[in-house]
Amino acid sequence: MSLETTASQTIGPYLHIGLTWLVTDNIAAPGVVGDKVSIEGRVVDGDRMAVNDAIVEIWQANAHGRYAHPDDTQDKPLESAFKGFGRVTTDSDGVFRFTTIKPGRVPAQGEGLQAPHLNVTIFTRGLLKHLITRMYFPDESSNDDDPVLRRVPAERRATLIATPIEGKSTALRWNVVLQGENETVFFDY
Amino acid sequence: MTSRPKNLQTKALAGYRKPDRDTQPEYCYPPYASTVKRSPSQPLVVLPTTLSEVTGPLFGFDRIRPNDFDLTKQGNGDPIGERIVVSGRVLDSNARPVANTLVEIWQANAAGRYPHHRDNHNAPIDSNFPGCGRTLTDVQGRYRFVTIRPGEYPWRNHYNAWRPAHIHFSLFGPAFATRLVTQMYFPGDPLLEFDPMYTSVPSERARRRLVSKFDWETTIPEQALGYKFDIILRGRDETPFENDMKLPG
Repeated sequence: MSLETTASQTIGPYLHIGLTWLVTDNIAAPGVVGDKVSIEGRVVDGDRMAVNDAIVEIWQANAHGRYAHPDDTQDKPLESAFKGFGRVTTDSDGVFRFTTIKPGRVPAQGEGLQAPHLNVTIFTRGLLKHLITRMYFPDESSNDDDPVLRRVPAERRATLIATPIEGKSTALRWNVVLQGENETVFFDY
Repeated sequence: MTSRPKNLQTKALAGYRKPDRDTQPEYCYPPYASTVKRSPSQPLVVLPTTLSEVTGPLFGFDRIRPNDFDLTKQGNGDPIGERIVVSGRVLDSNARPVANTLVEIWQANAAGRYPHHRDNHNAPIDSNFPGCGRTLTDVQGRYRFVTIRPGEYPWRNHYNAWRPAHIHFSLFGPAFATRLVTQMYFPGDPLLEFDPMYTSVPSERARRRLVSKFDWETTIPEQALGYKFDIILRGRDETPFENDMKLPG
């Protein structure tokens, strides 16, 4: 038997009422190993106006490259304190911030491994369906072989890779452009 | 027994079926004005099925308080308005129940007002109605909320624009791929056909499934009318793709 998937609808402007209770801006709980990193970015629309009513959700593996989920059956350590979920809202300037640990490499389709990445979901008023994207890490040689980045036209790949703030690898900037010049690459899955 | 190489996924990964195209709105739908500058203009890049898409956040009862399902019990007194029970099942597109999944809802009060600093509609705030709730589905995928019927309210999309009464729903399901945010509407609402969010859904059948059904079975005598709203999340492909997760040797 097959059922039709329920239609998506926008989150609207009043999302904070229902969703801020689960805001998680520190994905690396105490006791979770890995290289700590703080990430900030700004969400802008096609007119480069700040999107001040967005919600950004993050899903990531731990430093060993394992997800806290029963379908990840890899033989790798998983700390009980690690959940891998983040949720942050944008402020009046469209800025979001969170801290986490850099994830390890998880398997690709077929053979090989993916480069470290965060899986990101964007919701906002004016998006009838959420957007899916990924954030990759700078100075990561495995980016060159990442099977998802390789599907992205070369001239657009930079939109998915964070940049160090003042040369520090522990503080990254990753902006999200919903539309227009330097539009962030969004995925269909 | 063959020993498997360490650190490789040991089972093939089944992906998630795409929704039928006409069941989902397009990103750009000009009658809903905010989509025009917020929708991507470049084509989306198709992701392969990997562990990143078929895993996703899971939430347990540690995060949910016992009364979180009852939006009429969040203040110091009874909220104003018509009490209703909203319940249903969360299934996947293979008709299997989605158990233990988080359902978050939020809505306007009976007067059509949100207690939110960006809502300046000239209608009263009800201090006994914060307007949000959450619950987990049971093993049959069932959920149940007690709330009050939300009011319609004006918005600035076009001249004399009014949103039909609705409740926002947010669901995770078992994977990153199954995330869904939607809105539930009420039967017989004359505003539906004029609402660009509702009409953004191409298929009339899919639109109608956003409208809850009045339900005697969940109506509580002398207490509250019952409305049923079932939600279908993406289900898994029955068989893994051939090129998924091949193991060496």
